[in-house]
Amino acid sequence: MPQIAVLTKLTDLANPTRFLGLASRLLPWMAGITAILFAIGLYLSFAGEGDYQQGMTVRIMYVHVPAAWLSMMCYSVMAASAIGTLVWRHPLADVSHKAAAPLGAAFTLIALATGSLWGKPMWGTWWVWDARLTSVFVLFLMYLGLIALNRAMDDPGKAARVSAVLILVGFVNIPIIKFSVDWWNTLHQPASVIRMGGSTIDSTFLWPLLIMAFAFTMLFFTLHIAAMRNEIWRRRVSAQRRMAARMAGQTSEKGA
Amino acid sequence: MIALLLRDLKLSVRAGGGALIGVLFFTTVVAVIPFGVGPDLNLLSRIGPAIVWIGALLSALLGLDRMFQTDREDGSLDLILMQEHPLALTVLVKCLAHWLGNGLPLVIASPLLGLFMNMDEVAIGATMLTLLVGTPALTFIGAVGAAVAVALPRGGLLVSILVLPLAIPVLIFGVSASYAAVQDPAPFMPPFLILVAITMFFAVLGPLGAALALRNAGD
Repeated sequence: MPQIAVLTKLTDLANPTRFLGLASRLLPWMAGITAILFAIGLYLSFAGEGDYQQGMTVRIMYVHVPAAWLSMMCYSVMAASAIGTLVWRHPLADVSHKAAAPLGAAFTLIALATGSLWGKPMWGTWWVWDARLTSVFVLFLMYLGLIALNRAMDDPGKAARVSAVLILVGFVNIPIIKFSVDWWNTLHQPASVIRMGGSTIDSTFLWPLLIMAFAFTMLFFTLHIAAMRNEIWRRRVSAQRRMAARMAGQTSEKGA
Repeated sequence: MIALLLRDLKLSVRAGGGALIGVLFFTTVVAVIPFGVGPDLNLLSRIGPAIVWIGALLSALLGLDRMFQTDREDGSLDLILMQEHPLALTVLVKCLAHWLGNGLPLVIASPLLGLFMNMDEVAIGATMLTLLVGTPALTFIGAVGAAVAVALPRGGLLVSILVLPLAIPVLIFGVSASYAAVQDPAPFMPPFLILVAITMFFAVLGPLGAALALRNAGD
């Protein structure tokens, strides 16, 4: 039985049990806060008047802008986790950036799709190859590539370390996305909410936007922790299956 | 270090290396374009620099997966990992050898393909110059991808998918510099200098990242 003891120790390394306990206590609260924030945010976004110029399509902003922020924040969380993987060899960091990649891809897809829907009535086109749109599209491709790389390897520890390297190299794209609207003159408007000299958005639009942004952030962390919990459980199940297979092998050897 | 450079060069030029295959692929890709868009010489000369750049990008991706894989198969990668020199430096030398074997032939072949595309002399010269400066960046970025996928049995396609998004800035500035040389109002130097900066940047980041990935991917 010493092998089994080693296996249990390996799965308990850096105490995922404590994380699981924390997650199960936190998750209902976080899900509740997310739901309340979404209720307030969605009510405010639909209760307010339309823009004098953009009409009703301005409401797309309340989904588009938070999703775009989250697509970049998710990559930053992944980059921080990647540092955790490479520097401290922390198993939770491995799980964290693996769980965050599909979420990031989803938020990026939402941002691209809503942006496209918004662009059709406002710019007259679904898609333009300007710097902001192109760099976000590249971010989407990088998320998909990272997911593919993670899936391609059997050993989760090795997959995590190798994709951590790639995450850190790909991080050069994040400042490019952030400043693309300042560096190049593009069809996409420059930053208007967080900028030097105060926001240029009227407060009737700003409040719903901020609440929606907060709701999206809470949604991300809720889903992220839930996905991490699932990933840990998945690893435990596969470790226990391996253990069961090994025990079955030993008993059949004895029987033979 | 010089011995390693020479060894890699010899390996890439002799049978089994991909150097000439890369040039052949480059020629084929560019030759296929007129069949797709029609043999209109004015149109071809207008899109020529972009076609040559895209062809070079695709052919540069072609040989990447063999960069560390052959070394891993014959065991010399373990020796490289064990030696006392900083690994990033070794990777840099391997990148240079890979570029001399795979990238430089593409640059040399590009004027001929420029002629096929009915480009004028200035455009051909500009495209060749931007390729000369830009293809090392592709190799350095590719080194990270190759190192990440070194342990995968069929990593070739995955390397291309991982590397292409990062290679897009190189393509953008390479093509815009080539066009700027031909079209009057746009100046040539700014995009060209940005291209040089990208190459310098990835010359540092690429070998460091590849070295980190190689250490971690080792079994």
